[in-house]
Amino acid sequence: MSLFKYESELREPLVKGSKSYHQITEDLVAPIEVKPGKLWYIGFFISLCLLLFGVISVYTEVVYGIGQWNLNKTVGWGWDITNFVWWVGIGHAGTLISAILLLFRQGWRTGVNRAAEAMTIFAVMCAGQFPIFHMGRVWDGFFVMPYPNTRGPLWPNFDSPLLWDVFAISTYFTVSVLFWYTGLLPDFATVRDRAKTKLRKLLYGIASFGWTGSTKHWQRHEALSLVLAGLATPLVLSVHTIVSFDFATSVIPGWHTTIFPPYFVAGAVFSGFAMVNSLLLIVRKMMNLQQYITIGHIEAMNKVIVLTGSIVGVAYLSELFIAWYSGNRYEAYAFFYSRADLFSPLGWSYWGMIAFNVLSPQIFWFRKMRRNLFVTFFMSIIVNIGMWFERFVIIVTSIYRDYVPSAWTVYYHPTIWEMGFYIGTFGLFFTCFFLFSKYFPVIAIAEIKSIAKTSGDNHKWAVSPVESKEPEVFAHEYAH
Amino acid sequence: MAKKKFVVASFDDEANLFPAVEKTRKAGYKIHDVYTPFPMHGLDHVMGLRETSLHTAGFIYGILGTCTALGCMTWIFVSDWPQIYDGKPHFALPAFIPITFELTVLFAAVGMVYTFCWLCQLAPFVKKHIFHPRQTDDIFVLAVECTPGTDVAELERFFDDKGTVGVEIQDAEAGWWWGRFDKEQQIINENAVEVL
Repeated sequence: MSLFKYESELREPLVKGSKSYHQITEDLVAPIEVKPGKLWYIGFFISLCLLLFGVISVYTEVVYGIGQWNLNKTVGWGWDITNFVWWVGIGHAGTLISAILLLFRQGWRTGVNRAAEAMTIFAVMCAGQFPIFHMGRVWDGFFVMPYPNTRGPLWPNFDSPLLWDVFAISTYFTVSVLFWYTGLLPDFATVRDRAKTKLRKLLYGIASFGWTGSTKHWQRHEALSLVLAGLATPLVLSVHTIVSFDFATSVIPGWHTTIFPPYFVAGAVFSGFAMVNSLLLIVRKMMNLQQYITIGHIEAMNKVIVLTGSIVGVAYLSELFIAWYSGNRYEAYAFFYSRADLFSPLGWSYWGMIAFNVLSPQIFWFRKMRRNLFVTFFMSIIVNIGMWFERFVIIVTSIYRDYVPSAWTVYYHPTIWEMGFYIGTFGLFFTCFFLFSKYFPVIAIAEIKSIAKTSGDNHKWAVSPVESKEPEVFAHEYAH
Repeated sequence: MAKKKFVVASFDDEANLFPAVEKTRKAGYKIHDVYTPFPMHGLDHVMGLRETSLHTAGFIYGILGTCTALGCMTWIFVSDWPQIYDGKPHFALPAFIPITFELTVLFAAVGMVYTFCWLCQLAPFVKKHIFHPRQTDDIFVLAVECTPGTDVAELERFFDDKGTVGVEIQDAEAGWWWGRFDKEQQIINENAVEVL
């Protein structure tokens, strides 16, 4: 039974506990001002080790050439592009939470948007490295940028989806950083004004750009956030759509499909939300933020996961149907033999994908499961593995057996350096994230304050006497 | 720039801030600014500030991005280096759309953020006077500028029944300057203007 008469009991408080504005500042700035706990050091050390492995792997690839990876004449794209698409997808939840949910006025985004945006930036940093190192001669990477050059009238091909990717990813990264950083300015100012040490005052002073909280600045800040959100919303859809064009505009069976753009976007949001869940569960435990990242927040994200998981499920079925319905025998071969046949060399990846992405998230139809932290954390890992399978299935199972059987590669498997590169990006991602969680306000302080009075626990208690009045009395008393 | 004299009223509840700002304005005092730890919707209207034109600037930057992208690609592929790729014509407009879209967004976003920082005078190393150390924490600060015609004592009394948690007089340089954040003294050391 709800405490309230006129408010849905489903709308649970977004900030738990009786919090004043000052208490909110204290709670959210505390992780920056005190020494991190044991968990932080352990996590940071592990991340650094993974990063080191990645650096060694990349060094090996750059020095000895792309032959260090097990790519061959049919599988020209393997783990590298799989990882690229996967990492780009991870980033999308951040923009979705900060931009799309801002436009939809979703109050629950305030608790999680900062960390999700940071995740976006670090994920895109990881993603961008894969195509760059896949070029082989990485020192010639700048050739993709169009600029008045000394190579004669030699320009990149603007008709190529791979070049669209260059623009899409770099724009996405830039806009995400701007959005994230402008949001951080007021919170950096809060840290600056509380700083006890000279160094902290200096560094956060530089970072806060001299923010004072002037009304005019807030007015412009709000306008800026809203327009950036409006720009980032189609951007997030365009980025993964363009990534899907890398495949969809080709004529390879398994790739040449019009469903790719929406299917990729849904998959990106799906895996992104799973990663946000993993990170937030770690952060709320590590930084003691249970009252700001509530079970309600986790549940909201699990709802998005079950929705997008089901959308990708429909996409998988549509693909199978079209493979059959189109009457294209190459398409049918790619789907029914290279993928859906469990006993084909890579059939395990297809069925892993179905089990992890479509079947297992259905558990979130049950409220008890959506609100169970252990199940959520476990599922967030499962979904991310599943989405990695999906990228792998799309890329490798479409090309390891092409039109000419003599060129078939029965089984593509990566080398240690190929895997090391992937593991290294995890190192980079988590190193950045641990540093972020130590030195940046993980939760948007100003935004939490702006919802504290309408969605905070103490407010809900404060209004309960009003809520308990009879309608006639309520109407009479509050008519004027 | 010279220092000015301000009467600074602090509030701990926005419910008291709004009517106070309104009454201060009606009384004819010159409101320098109101500082809040988070955006207060409607406060700009109460203060009589005009709407920001940042959106318009963003639109213009966006159009600039569209023109840059389409113009460059057209010049390069039609005039500078006409080659046929993928059987597409030189002026392959559908193929130009993704890059055009991306550059439109990029120009609009970067331009707007730059304009925002420019208008608000925000940049690394910029230092501004902080009227109350907790104005970015939990205190709402109303700073009224004392003009030569202002009776400071009367202005202080004016805030007596407005629900303030403190009223003080400050001599401050209210502009901005490049400076270090770990120094207590201000860089500009001019005398305060005489207040009658």
